[in-house]
Amino acid sequence: MKTKLDEVEALTLRGRIAVPYTWWVGEVGSRFLIALRDEGKIIGNRCSRCHTVYVPPRKNCGSCFCDIDQFVELGNEGIVSAYTVVRFKYRLQPVDPPFAYAVIHLDGADAGLVHLIKNDLDKLRNGVRVRAWFKDRSERTGHILDIDSFQII
Amino acid sequence: MDNMAIVGVAQTKFERRKEDKTNYDLVFEMTKGVLEDSGLTLKDVDNVVTVSNDFLDGRTISSMAVGEAAGARDKNISTVEGDGTFGAFYGAMRVLSGFNTTMVVAHSKGSEGDIKHITNGMFDPIFQRLLGLEAIAASAIQANAYMDRYGVGEESFAHVSVKNHGNAKNNPYAHLPMDLTVDDVMRSQKIADPIKLLDCSPVSDGAAAIIIANEAHARRAKTKPIWIKGIAHCADAFFLGDRDLADPKSLREAAKRAYAMAGMSDPMNALDVVELYDAFSYMEPLWLEGLGFCDPGGGSRLLEEGITTMSGTLPVNPSGGVLSSHALLAAGLARIIEAVLQLRGEAGNRQVPGAKTALAHGINGPCGQSHCVWVLSSEK
Repeated sequence: MKTKLDEVEALTLRGRIAVPYTWWVGEVGSRFLIALRDEGKIIGNRCSRCHTVYVPPRKNCGSCFCDIDQFVELGNEGIVSAYTVVRFKYRLQPVDPPFAYAVIHLDGADAGLVHLIKNDLDKLRNGVRVRAWFKDRSERTGHILDIDSFQII
Repeated sequence: MDNMAIVGVAQTKFERRKEDKTNYDLVFEMTKGVLEDSGLTLKDVDNVVTVSNDFLDGRTISSMAVGEAAGARDKNISTVEGDGTFGAFYGAMRVLSGFNTTMVVAHSKGSEGDIKHITNGMFDPIFQRLLGLEAIAASAIQANAYMDRYGVGEESFAHVSVKNHGNAKNNPYAHLPMDLTVDDVMRSQKIADPIKLLDCSPVSDGAAAIIIANEAHARRAKTKPIWIKGIAHCADAFFLGDRDLADPKSLREAAKRAYAMAGMSDPMNALDVVELYDAFSYMEPLWLEGLGFCDPGGGSRLLEEGITTMSGTLPVNPSGGVLSSHALLAAGLARIIEAVLQLRGEAGNRQVPGAKTALAHGINGPCGQSHCVWVLSSEK
């Protein structure tokens, strides 16, 4: 039997891939997240060759290709160097729009930290100072969102 | 570098949803298409590079599932997960390493998955992904950094969208040919400031293929060979906060290497046409700066002065670019294909008269982390 394929109803199959992972955060990443959880502090680290201060801290410097062994405590404040106010919604966002993502240069850091700004979006500009707003100690789990968001000072 | 040429090209029409085609169908259609274009047979192709992404296809080792569709059941198949320009780069390396003829085929059906979930998956799972970052918001941060550094206005980006969607009207393969005004773009839905709906490329379904041959085998093809004069790619840091987002330095480096390989000292004058990866409107001026056609911050002036329009001295994206058709992975290969069609003189209504030297460009990773630059010529 010959079938005219262009006359066949085009069926679809709905599916979903949900694969559980348990990612090893790494020693350096663990130290960063533990500092968020236990101390409400943000730590970075400094490459001894190029002196770049990274946040989140890295085990190795990508520019110098060497180990980094010097942790530095950064301020919980910094300035916004780039941002966007997000107007669309999708399921993986941790907060409903409008909210902002910002690259934040914390005091003492060279690399920028990408994080959330939820309030005072009308005051958001590049160059404004912001401060980390931590979740309550009881709610912190060693997670990037132990910093709830940054607030414009 | 030994001489090699692109001797066959094929691309699908790019559209919202190809409901009557599976990924396998698309690769099969492109393989037949590129063989027909080149006049070669499967026997002439001694190895195949398939380009695919597991998250897009919703399966692991997605590249291996389309080997037979690429006519490669008994051949050497190698795979690239990334933009098609990088797949083609690898294909060219295989020719340089001793293969005679490489077919490169890229496919994607963005309509079948969820692109925001998929592009969220490209970010670091510990420090970034949980913020909900995906390609649009990340790109919006880059657009903001670029505007802030040089005082570029949103209208400048809107002009790019107007130009490229207008150019797409001359491209029968384009997904979104449109007559737009700057006002239309400026008033379109706000997505992630400064990016509005009409600053974004669509998510398209589509596929593309090329055949690269060494000089001896290029003669066997019926097509006019388009010679690969310079190719290079270069990557920047992965974390957005480690990079200067307003300065595409990895593109500058890739372009410099490609121009040097092609022996070009004045690329702006030497090139007749450019096809670049404008996933968002702001990317066109920013990448033009990275390609060295103007000083940093001056990308928008190239369009204001008419240089990059169809009637200008260096038309950019006569096809409508990625803004008008964006099948992930295939989009970069389509840039190479459009450049080849220009150099063959077969670009129809979008033909740049007398084009002899062209540049094609692709990106990989968030906000153009990595750039791949191709310089092609109709003359050996």
